[in-house]
Amino acid sequence: MFDDQQPIYRQIANQIRQDILSGQLEEEEQVMSTNQYAAFYRINPATVQKAFQQLVDEGMLYKKRGIGMFVSSGSRARLREERRASFFHQELEPVLTEARLLGISTAELLDYISDAHGKETSS
Amino acid sequence: MRIEVVNLHQRFQEVVALDDLSLTIEGHKINGLLGRNGSGKSTLLNIMAGFRKPTSGEVLIDGNPVFENGRVTERIALIREAGDTVESSEKVEEALRYAAYLRPHWNDDRARQLLEKFEVSSAAKIDSLSRGRRSALGIALGLAARADLTILDETYLGLDAPSRYLFYEELLQDYLDHPRTFIISSHLVEEVARILEQMVIIDRGRILFHGDTERFVSQGVAITGNAADVDRLVVGMPVIGERQLGRTRSAMIYGSVDEEFRQRAVSAGLEVGSLGVQDLFVYLTQSGGGGAQDEASK
Repeated sequence: MFDDQQPIYRQIANQIRQDILSGQLEEEEQVMSTNQYAAFYRINPATVQKAFQQLVDEGMLYKKRGIGMFVSSGSRARLREERRASFFHQELEPVLTEARLLGISTAELLDYISDAHGKETSS
Repeated sequence: MRIEVVNLHQRFQEVVALDDLSLTIEGHKINGLLGRNGSGKSTLLNIMAGFRKPTSGEVLIDGNPVFENGRVTERIALIREAGDTVESSEKVEEALRYAAYLRPHWNDDRARQLLEKFEVSSAAKIDSLSRGRRSALGIALGLAARADLTILDETYLGLDAPSRYLFYEELLQDYLDHPRTFIISSHLVEEVARILEQMVIIDRGRILFHGDTERFVSQGVAITGNAADVDRLVVGMPVIGERQLGRTRSAMIYGSVDEEFRQRAVSAGLEVGSLGVQDLFVYLTQSGGGGAQDEASK
């Protein structure tokens, strides 16, 4: 469920961000409690707490005293913006590096992209 | 609860088991005591629970000495193997009865539920149980005691992997339902790490690390790539292990590396990865902890 390369709390924070982005978690919806997360992932609740704290600091989640954690309004749009900003550099650049290594031409790449990406976005 | 271990020294004839060890554990946390066999784990836990008087030094719980102090020791449940509370020729049922008499917060339903989950019959004689079932009995006695301080000393011995995971899960659930202080000793670091909030790593009777589990894990870094480049980069850093394959070398570092260091590594074409908790533990305790540091002494 978790990999070794990143602290578990960061992986949980990423998972929650992903859920907000995909709509799995709606804005103003309550997030499962620390204990529920801990029991589900079988990890120490302090680790979950740390993930929540990070998201609260970022303004993605907020705390309602005595009730629990909620997804902040606007966090989905903000996540989208952040991810879009880093998409080309962080996601696409490694693919292009690999393509260069393999001698795949720009024309081949463009062909594939207009085919695969075009199909998905137009359907 | 505050546990203070003050300058503990334990000698068995010529052998030094604990070497001027000091440590403070606070709050309702699951703490791990990790170390190789013979590192001094059990000696430390026995002294913490008041089972043994150390050669010198002392253990205080909320300011009170633990040794020969009934008011303190009744708050502590130390489980070794099957809990050694009754004669092993007795039945499991007898062990439950004795625990109910001994433990002020005993929860009999919880004990029976755990025995059922681990498939231990209460009618069985303790000395007829397999090693794993004896461990399971110990786990049931330890968790159901609901003591302020629960110490489980390698209570997983003889349990197969699925039963060990059941143990971690039940322990975590018990802690979530009734937060209190746990100390779990183990050398199965990888399995147990994720349920531990804090880790104490000891080797040869001394502390190598004490602090947050996340912090420990983040301190093991492997740098891999061209041997000469790796050597140049890690100069002056605490290298706890090395591996070589042809021209490629991996250097394992104990310590946190900053973003600037990562950048230098990447621009030299080197790979920076996490060592992983198990490898970090193995390298650290093999080398005797060359670059070790601990939070308690800060």
